[in-house]
Amino acid sequence: MELAITIITGFMILGAVYAIHARDLLSAVIACGIVGYGLVICFLLLKAPDLAIVQIVVETITLIIMVAVVLDSSREEAYTKLDSQGYIHALLSLIILIAFFYFFYISISDLDLLGKGSLRMAKAYIEGAAGKTGSANLVTGVVFDFRGYDTLGEATVLVTAVLGVIAILRLKGKK
Amino acid sequence: MKGMTVIVKKTTQLMAGIIFLYGAYVIIHGHLTPGGGFAGGVIIAGAFILVTLAFGSDFLNLRKEETGSTSTENIAILVIILLSVTGLFLGTKVFFLNFLPKGNVGELVSAGVLPLYNIFVGIEVASSIFIIFLALIIFKEEESI
Repeated sequence: MELAITIITGFMILGAVYAIHARDLLSAVIACGIVGYGLVICFLLLKAPDLAIVQIVVETITLIIMVAVVLDSSREEAYTKLDSQGYIHALLSLIILIAFFYFFYISISDLDLLGKGSLRMAKAYIEGAAGKTGSANLVTGVVFDFRGYDTLGEATVLVTAVLGVIAILRLKGKK
Repeated sequence: MKGMTVIVKKTTQLMAGIIFLYGAYVIIHGHLTPGGGFAGGVIIAGAFILVTLAFGSDFLNLRKEETGSTSTENIAILVIILLSVTGLFLGTKVFFLNFLPKGNVGELVSAGVLPLYNIFVGIEVASSIFIIFLALIIFKEEESI
C-alpha cells in the first residue's frame, strides 16, 4: 500500500510542477485536477471514505468554477522578467525551503508509523463516540457533537466567503 | 448564457434528479454511513450546476434564483445557531447539547439532533456553492446589459 501511495504522490508532484510551468492557463487548471483526484485515491487507500467523498465532489466543482474564471479572463499567463527584487525573493524562498526540509528531516524520526497513532485523545474518541452520541458513523459523532464549535465556525466561514464573493464580483451597484 | 445541444439536455433531464436524490440520501444517512452534511450538500449543488450549464437561462430567471438561494442559505445557518442555543435552555446548560432521545445505534431515526444538524448544514452548503457559481455568470451578463 505504501508503494501505491508513493507512486500516486509522485504523479501529484508532477501535475503540480506542470501546472506552475504551463503557458496555457486552462491546461494549468486541469493539471491541478491531477493533484485533487490523486488525493482522492490516497484517501481511499488510507480507509477514509468520508474525506474521499467530500474531496471528489469539491474537486469537480472547483474545477468547473476555475474553468469559468479562466474563460472569463485571459488564457495566457503574464510573464515578467526577473529584476533585482525577484532575485532576492528567489533566494529567500530557497533559504526557507532548505530550513523546512532540514527540520522535517530531523523530526521524522520521532513520528509514529503510518496508521499507528498513539494519541491519548484519539483512543477516547474511538471507544466512547457510539455510546455517547448514538451515531453509528464516528465522524458525524465527532464533527457535530464533540467538536460542534468547529463545525459552527466552518459553516460561518462559508457564509462569510459567499458574502465576500458577491461583494467583490459585483461590478455595478444595486439600485 | 446559452444552452447546449439536444443530447446534453436529454442526458441532463435523466441524470439531474438521480444526482439530487443521491445527495439527499448522503445527507439523511449521514449519521449511519460515510458522508454527511458537507458532502451531500456539495452533491446537491452539483445537480443544480449541471442543469444551469446544460439548459442555460436568461438573466432575469437567474437573478430570481440567486435571491432565493441567498435567503435559503441565511435561514439555514440561523436554524443551526437556534438548534445549538436550544441546548442552553434544556437540561444541562451546555452549548450544542444533544437534547433529543438517542434511540438505538444504527436506526434511521436515532442520534438525537445530529441528523437535524446534518440536514441544515447540507442546505447551507448546497446554496452557498450554487451562489458562488451563479455570481460568476450573473455579474458578467449584468455588465453587458
